[in-house]
Amino acid sequence: MTLHRDSEDMSQMDEALEQTLRDFRSSAHAWSESEYSRPHRPVRVYRTSWRVAASWALGCALALGSVAGGVYERHHVKEQAKIAAAAAARQHELDAERRIENEDLFAKVDRDVSREVPSAMEPLAQLMGDDSTE
Amino acid sequence: MTSAMAGEATRIDGEAAAREFAGIVEAHRPQIFRFLLASTRDVDLAETLTQECFLKAHRNWDNFRGESSAMTWLMRIAINLEKDYWRNRRLQFWRHTRTNSVDLDEASEWLPSGERSVEHHLIAKEKVAQVWRVVASLSGRQRTIFLLRYVEELELADIARSTGLSEGTVKAHLSRAVNKVRAEVKGKSR
Repeated sequence: MTLHRDSEDMSQMDEALEQTLRDFRSSAHAWSESEYSRPHRPVRVYRTSWRVAASWALGCALALGSVAGGVYERHHVKEQAKIAAAAAARQHELDAERRIENEDLFAKVDRDVSREVPSAMEPLAQLMGDDSTE
Repeated sequence: MTSAMAGEATRIDGEAAAREFAGIVEAHRPQIFRFLLASTRDVDLAETLTQECFLKAHRNWDNFRGESSAMTWLMRIAINLEKDYWRNRRLQFWRHTRTNSVDLDEASEWLPSGERSVEHHLIAKEKVAQVWRVVASLSGRQRTIFLLRYVEELELADIARSTGLSEGTVKAHLSRAVNKVRAEVKGKSR
């Protein structure tokens, strides 16, 4: 047997270890012969590493893309809503300011219109009118 | 006429190469399967890798220059395929949650009883189970070298050629592996 034959690794081995290694070899041979003589089963197909790496990379890219797209879309919608809310608030303020300005203007006009000539001054006003015709 | 003769010669060469390769498969397939089975302890995986090994060898048969023996060449292909398998498996951690490897004690059940008494046979089986446990705990390189030496009984020079290592490195790995086996077997038997 080759185990006895040569090699430095066996020189220091005791008999018990040699026997154990021979038994180990016998068990491996017996197991292999038994499995080898069985009818062959269909074998599994293992994909090669580059295909696995490519599919893994593609999967990651798709997952990241969809997550990033979703996050961006959500952020975009939020921003749009914020801008619209700010514009509406500004418009509301402008409307309020304009309403106050109009009210002031109307009040001023009313004040001016309501200023009438007192009745005691009417004859004098009439005279002034006559003088001017002469 | 000349081209027809050349075509015929090519056909005959091809048939001869196919016959030669079929002989190689028949002679070495059990040994390659045994090494892969001992290495992986997974029958399905060992069958698959053996098949892939001979498929690869067939594709590259024309490039085989006979600088080493066919067995050494085939063993080198098998070792590389096994390495690739474990590398891919690490990438496919999400696919394989369980292993098909047989239990270490089950592997030792195959020990032939020979002419030993029942008691001695049981002791021997226990020691063989210990060796299987140590083999499973070895690094990939140490395990390969240990199995090539003590299961396939390859010479150190052939192991060096099959693994692509120097003889010195092979010796060092083998020595470490044997020391681990010795420590386990002696430690448990005390």
